[in-house]
Amino acid sequence: MSDLTQPTSAQGFALPKIKGKAIVMGLYLLFLLLPIYWLLMMSLKTNTEILNTFTLWPRDLTFDNYITILTDASWYTGYLNSMIYVVMNMVISLVVALPAAYAFSRYTFLGDKHLFFWLLTNRMAPPAVFALPFFQLYSSIGLFDTHIAVALAHCLFNVPLAVWILEGFMRGVPKEIDETAYIDGYSFPRFFVKIFTPLVASGIGVTAFFLFMFSWVELLLSRTLTSVEAKPIAATMTRTIGASGIDWGVLAAAGVLTIVPGALVIYFVRNYIAKGFALGRV
Amino acid sequence: MNKTVNQKAWFLILPVLLLVAFSAVIPLMTVVNYSVQDTFGNNQFFWAGLEWFKEMLASERMWNALGRQIAFSSIILAIEIPLGVFVALNMPKKGFWASLCLVLMSLPLLIPWNVVGTIWQIFARVDIGLLGYTLAAIGIDYNYTQDFYAAWATVIVMDVWHWTSLVALLAYAGLQSIPDAYYQAAKIDQASRWKVFRFIELPKIMGVLMIAILLRFMDSFMIYTEPFVVTGGGPGNSTTFLSIDLVKMALGQFDLGPAAAFSIMYYLVILVVSYVFYTVMTNLDKRDGY
Repeated sequence: MSDLTQPTSAQGFALPKIKGKAIVMGLYLLFLLLPIYWLLMMSLKTNTEILNTFTLWPRDLTFDNYITILTDASWYTGYLNSMIYVVMNMVISLVVALPAAYAFSRYTFLGDKHLFFWLLTNRMAPPAVFALPFFQLYSSIGLFDTHIAVALAHCLFNVPLAVWILEGFMRGVPKEIDETAYIDGYSFPRFFVKIFTPLVASGIGVTAFFLFMFSWVELLLSRTLTSVEAKPIAATMTRTIGASGIDWGVLAAAGVLTIVPGALVIYFVRNYIAKGFALGRV
Repeated sequence: MNKTVNQKAWFLILPVLLLVAFSAVIPLMTVVNYSVQDTFGNNQFFWAGLEWFKEMLASERMWNALGRQIAFSSIILAIEIPLGVFVALNMPKKGFWASLCLVLMSLPLLIPWNVVGTIWQIFARVDIGLLGYTLAAIGIDYNYTQDFYAAWATVIVMDVWHWTSLVALLAYAGLQSIPDAYYQAAKIDQASRWKVFRFIELPKIMGVLMIAILLRFMDSFMIYTEPFVVTGGGPGNSTTFLSIDLVKMALGQFDLGPAAAFSIMYYLVILVVSYVFYTVMTNLDKRDGY
């Protein structure tokens, strides 16, 4: 073996050595991507091909599954509904979490530690526990099957998360900046909007990403709180199970289309992802 | 950072308090309400005291679900935490490859949970799935809808696929914050790879690792959608975890009293364990001088 590798290492720059690290990462990424690859291939096959032959890639490539989804209103409104409540939730969560995170990062006050943990406990609440009470609450105030109901319900776990991440980022901003601004005669609201918010812009971006992520992937609550008008795409997908069995091709295509928005969002925050997952605490 | 005492900071917290009170406290009180009352229909309720709690504590069904849940959470933590750290140690430090790894690894995290279930259903089915077909082709008897072990293996591998990246990304963020000087010092001392990990890297990533364990514990303990899509809780009840059982009880059979008592105990278990992790975490934060 060593005889074989000798010439390559002598040349050095010509062939980069394949290291153990690259192999480990390669295997791990293969493990991650294989199921997604399979989903993608399924979405490009006809149902006859899926059920009758076993092929690693589509023999007769078809985009019919995607066309079905993109031309049928009952399908694509599912995507719109999901988008609407996710954006609503992001806006609400950020607006209430920004001042709170500032308070937690800058001041001590009566009960602050307990309050912070209590907020976190809501992140720990199993959605299954809340499904039925939410249904009753939103039905009784006439918000059942609206986008705002889902957006508010997702605040249950997203607001604590937003406060937690933002607090981590805000701790990193030196306090002297606040003090200088006050000496310069800034009022608190003006200081907060003009000076402080731009300083934690990357933190806000990361937080928005996580709010998007957790609201986008959640199904139990969004399904419980909607029936027709605000039905999310994830719930629409159960439609593919019909009397004649499951329409695998369309199901796979719908799955692929739910991955696309996430992939786009990741691309924009790729440099902050790691720090964000550490909740700003690195 | 030194914080100043300022009771007026409460006003900044107020919007969050109101919102969370609306979206968490009111529903939670509804649950508490149901857990101590009984009904004969027609919206007529009467006081039942702790009856439901006693009933649930004596119910084999809940203990079984709890047992399965603890087994599941322990197994996935035991796999995902070491594997995640291992992957993080092998990630490229910077440049194009690092970005590419980050983006690809985040991908499973952003897939809606029922789609994760769907992906694994499609992937693992014996008739149309790449994994199921391959296993069948090399002669392994694998059918996750009927076989107990196959169902568990599928659910666990699915969770490892879904969430190991989260642990890896957290550990990676921790590793990135270690100054080069530490590694140079270790080199001068001729420390072995293991010693570098044990005495430099591990202590430095302990804080984020606690976050990872906390998040993974909480989320695995609440898992509902993915196993529900893939196995539907079966075969039999073998993958019916706490949330699946709870939804069956509350929305399926409409047994509000027992389901509510179940909910509260379920929530309490998560709270207690999370509180322990949280305390350890904040103490680590303090030690690191935050």
